[in-house]
Amino acid sequence: MSATSADALSTNHLGGTDSPRTRDTRSALSHALRALPALLRTGFAAVLAYRAEILIWMFTTNMPLVMLALWAAVARSGPVAGYTQEGFTAYYLATLLVRLFTGCWVVYELTMEIRQGTLAMRLLRPIHPLLAHAAENAAAIPVRLVVCTPLIAIFVYTSYASITRDPILWLCVPLSLIGAWMITFGVMAIVGTLALFVESAMGLFQLWLGLSGVLSGYLVPLDLFPERVRAIALLLPFRFTLSFPVELVLGRVDRMQALQLLGAQWSYVVLFAVGTVLLWRAGMRRFGAFGG
Amino acid sequence: MIAVDQLRKIYRVHKRQPGLAAALRSLIHRPTEDVRAVDGISFHINDGERVGFLGPNGAGKTTTLKMLSGLLYPTSGTLEVDGFLPQKRERAFLQRITLVMGQKQQLLWDLPPSETFLLNRALYDVPEKEFRETLAELTKLLELEALVGKPTRQLSLGERMKCELAAALLHRPRVLFLDEPTIGLDVAMQATVRDFVRAYNERFNATVLLTSHDMDDVAALCPRVIVIDHGSLIWDGPLDDLVKKVKPHKQLRLRLARPVDAADLADLGRVVEQSATSVVLQVAQAELQAVVAKVLSSLPLVDLSVEDPPLEDVMRDLFAGAAAGRDAS
Repeated sequence: MSATSADALSTNHLGGTDSPRTRDTRSALSHALRALPALLRTGFAAVLAYRAEILIWMFTTNMPLVMLALWAAVARSGPVAGYTQEGFTAYYLATLLVRLFTGCWVVYELTMEIRQGTLAMRLLRPIHPLLAHAAENAAAIPVRLVVCTPLIAIFVYTSYASITRDPILWLCVPLSLIGAWMITFGVMAIVGTLALFVESAMGLFQLWLGLSGVLSGYLVPLDLFPERVRAIALLLPFRFTLSFPVELVLGRVDRMQALQLLGAQWSYVVLFAVGTVLLWRAGMRRFGAFGG
Repeated sequence: MIAVDQLRKIYRVHKRQPGLAAALRSLIHRPTEDVRAVDGISFHINDGERVGFLGPNGAGKTTTLKMLSGLLYPTSGTLEVDGFLPQKRERAFLQRITLVMGQKQQLLWDLPPSETFLLNRALYDVPEKEFRETLAELTKLLELEALVGKPTRQLSLGERMKCELAAALLHRPRVLFLDEPTIGLDVAMQATVRDFVRAYNERFNATVLLTSHDMDDVAALCPRVIVIDHGSLIWDGPLDDLVKKVKPHKQLRLRLARPVDAADLADLGRVVEQSATSVVLQVAQAELQAVVAKVLSSLPLVDLSVEDPPLEDVMRDLFAGAAAGRDAS
């Protein structure tokens, strides 16, 4: 063994110097951070170019309002599982807002790029394609915030009494929204990456959407479920993509529960992030083996 | 520098007969077939060379370019591009190469090309000053000034291709892989793109590997060609030598003052075309001088030109020869 390689080995062994892989990862991360503002700016410009599409998507995301009309009618004769008419109004308006803030579309883009072979163009750029997608998706959030301002005003006006006053819960809200967005993005990225292995990846996503509609609290508050179903729903990731931030905003959990649930939510974030990375690597080996 | 040694790429593809019964059978058993897209090719390209990479459809050209640019893993063999192993797709490697595919685009469809340029500046870490200089140069060479502010979707195919080239070269790559860069462009635009590629190659000593079915691209840009067919290399050398080897004849194009009899042309060479006052003769290279002298002395000549046979014919004969060789073996 040469002196140089022996030195390198002993230094690594002692932990005195980072391994080349760690240095590469750090360098890639710092490069990605430098590129992030440009990615966000381009994503923002693209969202503005697609403003009509975004508006249509937002106006067609109206299922919570349909459900609100139904449950408000049911609650006219008395509270349902603790929800009054006002309670349902607060719940579904908060649900609508969380849904609008945390929406992504990476699964559609990714499956299309894989089928059409345009993923190759992304792979040629010196940045991870999923990071670029994440920035493009995240860039839509400020636009949605602006468009949602009237809805936020209506929510505050109609549901003022139901909104939590606890500053700790409010501190948890942005973290829970980011967590919800990241889980949604992670699931979409995983399903999109599956398009490298199976032709019916979008079918799997429809399955996720179907389950999510029920188990995330999008259609019905989880409190209204039978106890056994509810117990299961509270453990699954769907809750953390929607119901959990709503529960925080409406003060339906105490501080300790909020922190515990935040921990659980971010555990799911890590789980899906690791799953995404591993599946992507396997997918790239397949892409590299079979071509695009 | 590009070094390729015994490069192979074998795809495993599923086979299925048409029809419902075959579809149902394929649920249980899916027979596969190995397709040798690239079958043990080797070549070496020096820095600054412009090389045409030719072959019929399905010859393995794009597969090779994808391996060279790191998009595909080779099944076996080795390859090195500018000191990197492409399949590792290191950031430093991606910053040194570019792959322009005439049928795929990197421009952001609903935004002006200027947005893609700015994004690429950030992604490729191009210093602000260098970015401005390069963009100004590209804008001038490709006449982009009026285009960069329009949404990409509103540009014509040729305008988009010019912007694609600019986006692909903003980071000043040292190695250019160009896959059909002039496909679908009109003659004037093709000439612009060719001139530009040559200027870029000369200015930055960049290595260019070009695939194209348009032989005018190859004739204009590539002193050397590598030809593959069915995944195997069948020619690597100067374009002129290839033409001489496959078509060892010149074409003599004559314009005459008045029609002549076929008998007057018979001993000059093979008559390829003949109309009233226009004749094209095929003449062996070795006999060219003597035939020209004879034409000048014996025919009512108005104009004479000596041409190489069309490169399309050269390639057709080359592929036909390769196919005959395969059949024989």
